[in-house]
Amino acid sequence: MLSQQYPALILVAPLLVSFVVFMAGWSGRRGVAWPLSMVALAVTTLSAGALLVQVVLHGPLSYRLGNWPPPMGIEYYVDHLNALVLLLIAVVALGNLLANRAAIARDYPGKEPVFCTLYLLAVAGHMGIVVTGDAFNLYVLLEITALSGYSLLAMGNRRAPLATLRYLFMGTVGASFYLLGVGYLYIMTGSLNMLDLARLIPVVAGSPAITAAFVMIMAGAFVKMAFFPLHAWLPGAYSNAGNAASSLIAPLTTKVMVYVMIRLMLTVFGTDFAWSTPGLNQTMVWLAVAAMVVGALYALSQRDLKKMLTFIIVSEVGYMVGGAWLGNRLGMTGSILHIVNDAMMTFVVFLAAGSMLYRTGSGRFESLQGLFAKMPFTMGAFVIAGLSMIGVPPTCGFFSKWYLVLGGIQAGHWGFVAALILSSLINVVLFFRIFEIALFEPFAEDGGHGHGPAATAIAEAPAGMVATLLAAAAGLIILGLFTGDIVNLVINLAIPANLI
Amino acid sequence: MEHFLTEVLADHYNYWAYIALMMIGLYAMIAKNNLVKKIIGMNIFQTAIILFYVSIGFKKNATIPILDAHGAHGHEVVAHAVDYINPLPHVLMLTAIVVSVATLGVALALVLKIYREHGTLEEDDILNQLSE
Repeated sequence: MLSQQYPALILVAPLLVSFVVFMAGWSGRRGVAWPLSMVALAVTTLSAGALLVQVVLHGPLSYRLGNWPPPMGIEYYVDHLNALVLLLIAVVALGNLLANRAAIARDYPGKEPVFCTLYLLAVAGHMGIVVTGDAFNLYVLLEITALSGYSLLAMGNRRAPLATLRYLFMGTVGASFYLLGVGYLYIMTGSLNMLDLARLIPVVAGSPAITAAFVMIMAGAFVKMAFFPLHAWLPGAYSNAGNAASSLIAPLTTKVMVYVMIRLMLTVFGTDFAWSTPGLNQTMVWLAVAAMVVGALYALSQRDLKKMLTFIIVSEVGYMVGGAWLGNRLGMTGSILHIVNDAMMTFVVFLAAGSMLYRTGSGRFESLQGLFAKMPFTMGAFVIAGLSMIGVPPTCGFFSKWYLVLGGIQAGHWGFVAALILSSLINVVLFFRIFEIALFEPFAEDGGHGHGPAATAIAEAPAGMVATLLAAAAGLIILGLFTGDIVNLVINLAIPANLI
Repeated sequence: MEHFLTEVLADHYNYWAYIALMMIGLYAMIAKNNLVKKIIGMNIFQTAIILFYVSIGFKKNATIPILDAHGAHGHEVVAHAVDYINPLPHVLMLTAIVVSVATLGVALALVLKIYREHGTLEEDDILNQLSE
């Protein structure tokens, strides 16, 4: 039965096709790279959608790779939490590849097969991190994601190789810390399967080795998700990369690492353990507060569109980490919902930025002048995404921030609430500054403003890009309207019932 | 003092060794200006963790994990886990070594690209060139 193979299919389809694409490129058939990759990602997306339906209807399911029973064999475990994230990754990856056909051919001339190979490997890595139920397998997939990500990001402007090398150093240290933590868990429990670990850890939870394992695994995850103050690698690596690569990696990698953190807190260690250390919750939430504020302030000081957006990611990671460490159900709900919403918002803003850069060639603010007249659809989508980042209803950004604020109030953490509102207000400035430049500048000669140069012809990005962009922007509103269903049917069941 | 020497140092010397190696690697990654030296530091850092894993599979008075199925006189023997070194951490590290080699490859490819662009591997000089 094919329907039983969905957990493997979401990973195997891009993995196998990546080899086919590479070999085809080698033998001179460059034209097949993009269509084949689209087919693979379509299979992944359909399987991920079917998995989410199965999980919602019938509950969590376990898949044994090679039919080896867990905990000895590697288990793929799909529950409400990762079924949601899997579909999210698949949709973003498919949409991004669909949108960037022309951009890939233009930005990576002659290298389309290589780009598509790395792209598929990165998608397979992200999917694998989310679907796997084995702590060591997660490390391997983490490195698959990272290595293909480095290669994708390095194909950018002349600053990209050095920025990527710095990311590689930080990423390797982060992954090594994760691996070290898993080693300590293995010493104490003798197991690597996440569900098995969850059963064994309470028995030895008093041991300092378990605490050391927890701290090291979390430190590794924080490096990889660019959590303040470990964020320094992110802006350079993402802003110098090619647009087609950064609009895949910017929405997904940080969010997937937040998922890893939440999975470890909820399933492997359990919230009783994660939140038991005195003062740790407070420290983490205050660090998240710093991330939100510092990320937003850095974004404010940028004069380049993509660079500004990368600092917004740093700020948004603070929202999710803070929500998860508030110590209550509302905060955790907000954090998980924000993984979905922020990935979609980041996807739309980066895709819109890619679309603008496709025509302007530069992301400097002065080159964005008059873009509303030239690229009305791109700018329309960018406005929706900007409003969502700010948190204006009915866009999805409002609802996850709402849960996060409620969680902050319930926890009595007013610093978190204040920082969330402050960073949203800074987002208002950030986005309206760009709207203003793109709409009003250059100011009309006769002194009246509000009218850009009237005679500008529309010069939109390629149709595929604009169509995807509009669909994704509509998705932000649809996600917002269906927030209730997402929370009731999926997220509520992803969080253990004993958590209030 | 005696407790410290026997319990903390002597019984756990493998942990001290891996921590020392890790710190050497981390120092090189932070303090060295040459990109290739930084990569060497990164590799030492990764190797430290590989050694840590390999060392935790060890047991005293145990042998390599190859089961002697027929015993000395052709009779089947029962295998006791205490007689054999735990092979699982070693198997895991085969994967980790592959990962570390792949990381090294990507890092060296990036360094090559940087060298072709800037003609130097000193990070300060490259940053100066980029800020011009």
